[in-house]
Amino acid sequence: MAKATQPELELSPPVSDEVRQTTCYMCACRCGIDVHLRDGPDGSKRIRHIEGNRAHPVNRGVLCAKGSAGIMQHYSPARLRAPLRRVGPRGSGEFEEIGWEEALSLATGWLGEIRHADPRRLAFFTGRDQSQALTSWWAQQYGTPNYAAHGGFCSVNMAAAGIYTLGGAFWEFGGTDWERTKLFMLFGVAEDHDSNPLKIGMGRLKSRGGRIIAVNPVRTGYNAIADEWVGITPGTDGLFVLALVHELLRAGRVDVGYLRRWTNAPWLIDRNPGPTFGLFVRDGAGRPLVWDRKTARPQPFDAPGLAPELKGDFPHPGGGRASPAFELMARKYLEPEHAPESVAARCGLSPGRIRRIAAELARTAFDHAIVLEQPWVDFRGERHDRVIGRPVSFHAMRGVSAHSNGFQTARAIHLLQLLLGAVEVPGGFRFEPPYPKPLEAHPTPHCHTQPDYPLPGPHLGFPRGPEDLALEADGAPARIDKAFTWENPLSVHGLMHMVISNAHAREPYGIEVLFLYMANMAWNSSMNTGAVMEMLTATEADGSYRIPRIIYSDAYSSEMVAYADLVLPDTTYLERHDCISLLDRPIGEPDLVADAIRWPVLEPDREVRGFQSVLIDLGARLGLPGFVDDDGQPVYRDYADYMVNHERRPGVGPLAGWRGADGKRTGRGAPNPDQLARYIANGGFWSAPIPEEARFMRPFNMAYQEWAVGMGFYDAPKPYVFQLYAEPLRRFQLAAEGHGPRQPPEHLRRQVKAAFDPLPVWWPPFEEAALDPGEYPLHAVTQRPAAMYHSWGGQNAWLRQIHGENRLYVHGSVMAGLGLGDDDWAWVISPHGRIRVQVRRMDAQNPGTVWTWNAIGKREGAWALSPDAPEAQRGFLMNHLIHELLPPKGDGLRWSNSDPVTGQAAWYDLRVRLEKAAPAAAAEPRPGRQKSPVGQGPDTVEYGKEWT
Amino acid sequence: MTGLPNSTERKMGLVIDLDTCVGCHACAVACKEWNTGGYGAPLADTDAYGAEPSGTWLNRIHTFEVAPQAGPAQVVHFPKSCLHCEDAPCVTVCPTGASYKRVEDGIVLVNEDTCMGCGLCAWACPYGARELDALAGVMKKCTLCIDRIYNENIPQIDRIPACVRACPTGARHFGDIGDPASAVSRLVAERGGMDLMPEQGTKPVNKYLPPRGRDGWRDGGDAGEVNLAALADPEPGGFLGWLDRALERLG
Repeated sequence: MAKATQPELELSPPVSDEVRQTTCYMCACRCGIDVHLRDGPDGSKRIRHIEGNRAHPVNRGVLCAKGSAGIMQHYSPARLRAPLRRVGPRGSGEFEEIGWEEALSLATGWLGEIRHADPRRLAFFTGRDQSQALTSWWAQQYGTPNYAAHGGFCSVNMAAAGIYTLGGAFWEFGGTDWERTKLFMLFGVAEDHDSNPLKIGMGRLKSRGGRIIAVNPVRTGYNAIADEWVGITPGTDGLFVLALVHELLRAGRVDVGYLRRWTNAPWLIDRNPGPTFGLFVRDGAGRPLVWDRKTARPQPFDAPGLAPELKGDFPHPGGGRASPAFELMARKYLEPEHAPESVAARCGLSPGRIRRIAAELARTAFDHAIVLEQPWVDFRGERHDRVIGRPVSFHAMRGVSAHSNGFQTARAIHLLQLLLGAVEVPGGFRFEPPYPKPLEAHPTPHCHTQPDYPLPGPHLGFPRGPEDLALEADGAPARIDKAFTWENPLSVHGLMHMVISNAHAREPYGIEVLFLYMANMAWNSSMNTGAVMEMLTATEADGSYRIPRIIYSDAYSSEMVAYADLVLPDTTYLERHDCISLLDRPIGEPDLVADAIRWPVLEPDREVRGFQSVLIDLGARLGLPGFVDDDGQPVYRDYADYMVNHERRPGVGPLAGWRGADGKRTGRGAPNPDQLARYIANGGFWSAPIPEEARFMRPFNMAYQEWAVGMGFYDAPKPYVFQLYAEPLRRFQLAAEGHGPRQPPEHLRRQVKAAFDPLPVWWPPFEEAALDPGEYPLHAVTQRPAAMYHSWGGQNAWLRQIHGENRLYVHGSVMAGLGLGDDDWAWVISPHGRIRVQVRRMDAQNPGTVWTWNAIGKREGAWALSPDAPEAQRGFLMNHLIHELLPPKGDGLRWSNSDPVTGQAAWYDLRVRLEKAAPAAAAEPRPGRQKSPVGQGPDTVEYGKEWT
Repeated sequence: MTGLPNSTERKMGLVIDLDTCVGCHACAVACKEWNTGGYGAPLADTDAYGAEPSGTWLNRIHTFEVAPQAGPAQVVHFPKSCLHCEDAPCVTVCPTGASYKRVEDGIVLVNEDTCMGCGLCAWACPYGARELDALAGVMKKCTLCIDRIYNENIPQIDRIPACVRACPTGARHFGDIGDPASAVSRLVAERGGMDLMPEQGTKPVNKYLPPRGRDGWRDGGDAGEVNLAALADPEPGGFLGWLDRALERLG
């Protein structure tokens, strides 16, 4: 064909009439997006396309599959349209639409009554929301002790271990120094946190020739591109890591200079038997002491010019003996039980391989060190001409976290990082503002209530010892979820997964109103899903519900909606205000501080309201302090007004950018009425670089400390050193050993003593220990696909074509043994239940592990899908196999299936066996159908037809 | 039958790095959202909320397991779209002249005004890179975002295909593969970029960069292991003895 005969093309067609920049909410990554709008046929604005914001610090222009599918989420047929009041039985999905005034009056009536009688009768828990700074404050002003978000079944082990050890966690509190690292070691990661930064970083690292080692029983996604895959046995990561520690210590390949200055390795530990055994030795001013080689006497750790000992036996100034923490640590991990030969088989690895990985870590850290000529001054007043970088970095998330040994495993990874000197240095793991922050800068839990009064402080905090537990005077749990009790003393994110079970059991007490936001607790966000549905519908002899009232807010027709008595319909993420706040889970990067907003780039066309505005309205209707002024008038018009004008401390509010009347102040400053306009003009976010001299060694770096005070992260410098020996844990252990006024009940004494080791320790996953592994030989785990977030993605016409049904992936050797072929049906049987699912062979996984994608199965009638949708027929949840309690031990006690330190739900501990099933048409179990309050989606979608 | 140009002025195409593709589907969905409102008919979805959802996609991700001779099984993610072949059988088979290869840049396109939806081109394409839209009845395929790459209404930096713009790991590269000095050509040369199914004789313009070696470790005897072990044992006094000397050095 000659050029002359080619059709004429319009190569510069109009793209959009307007671009509005906001923050994505297709998962928890919180990327910046450019929403291109065009006028539709009726003149209303329609989305032409969504792409990543190139200027945004999180995603720097890229966007994942979920983000690009935001169009289908925004126009989803499953969107709720108006407030709903239940008219049929719970779970049926039979509702009538009511007006907002009626809905809010109902809610105010229910909530006002119990606030006046007993605020504990409200349990308010939120799911995947990003407004916990508001929701927690509301709950505090209401006065119920029963508030938390969903961290208890997400990754609290990771968060808690990070704070108690480093003063910040992997999660979103820090990240890899991608431009400098040379070896990146990744443990079981979740795809929905920090996902684009991880993908960008791994791509960059590979392009520079860096190496990735991925530790994961399943070789999908990130693990597929790793240079080396460690297909570890689930739940043994801690054992593996402590064997690496053993090897590094054995070979003397640890950063002694770093450990001595920047960790508590030299701090003296009391060795006198009694109530102070294992605690730090302190001077009269309470300062921990080290033994100084130069003066040959104890000195406060923060004194300048010290040469602290790391080993030895020294006189305790108060009498008796003391040793540096490092000596205790070295002796512990040099024991033969931590040698590669002792642990390799259990981990599913060879001893030689563990030794080689240890060598590679050491070689990269020490033989390829980075020297950055960046002068800085530490908190001891000592000046340093440069920063030494250890280009070894780590990241871990749910694969470590969702085990009953996850807290101490996460601590073990942090210990490994510290031995390598690879935290807060070039090429290592670096914090993101407002982290680092020491334990001491965090609150302790508050739980004591009185009618019509706020709680005296925040619900969630970090206990320093048994005195901070949320217990009543008689030792009974103060909270409905039993957070901060001896069963799980450091449950710093609460235990949302226990709320329905405990409320149903009325243990520790019954509640009146269950108020949930954005948490699909009747489906994929609960373990033991079938039983939870029964608990939500359980009735008393008189026919009333055992959990009397349920209020739920969601944007979409989820499974949980069907179980609510009153539904408060939320907006889509493009129709709402939000703040991604430094008071909450911010979006900073190691070199910059940032926060962001969402704003209504499209106006709702339904009777829906942003939940946070509704919560503020309810706060005012209830007359909660802070929500009304002295005349009882609402303080805030809506969430947007709150975002601008609320001050948590004088000058410190939800948003840090463009503060002050003239908008010229950052961090601290008076509210600025034009603040949101400034954010919008800047692309929906604010960011500022961290000064060059404040970018490394930040817990000890005075330039950073002073900058952080200026930003309002805290009100005075809070330098600290990393805690490889965790004294708060030792305080709980001492109580279990019989010391102090508050001690664990007898049946928990042994568990607390074992679990609260001040040095990282490993124990077999509880479920495995409680059953016969021969009967349940396989580990079963789930993971989140990159192109689907929770159950949300199921309603998405594009994403459901990618992940519309799931299979159980089984190693070829297991398939062969059972005579299974691809797409055959099998029963998956746990000690708790069984499901019938289709299987598929996959050999790139640990042979003793089976796995599937998370939250693909749906209940018939939910999410505006047709009841015969594959999600409802063949899609399945592993949740049915997991119980919130361990199998009975015969002692009559209820043993929680969770981490004994934090209460993190141990849903990755699951053990199963497979049995071949007869051919079938559908998965089992399939709880009955719910009626859809929004009908069913259209047959066809031809998005964009008006422009083509 | 439709003729192909003897040569094209440029050979615009994609270089896809299988070493860094994590199979996240970002490129596939970005492609769908751009193109459903862009060139030609929308990319329709049928039974969109029903039992057999099916839609038109111009780019799909395939996942394969590879079992090497030694070492554990590997997973390769393989995005596939039209390769804009120099000897494109989809063009020569077209009875109406609707399928054509552009002289300016070598992009293979379908003129939807003259496409009668006979499907011959999809049958002729050895890569399965064309999809007949169920509602519009016309053949859809990758256009390399021809309505983006020259579009003066888009900032210069964004005049790239939507898939390249979105890819989080940077695994997709766009440029003139006919120009040996171009960045994409240099990448192909450095990394041993490959044609997909060269035996088909279609001379695809798009190239794939093969995954680099994985799992090159072998237990025992390699330098790394020796390195660490050598340090360990000869030290008198074991680790704590070593520590003493380390502290002496530090002062």
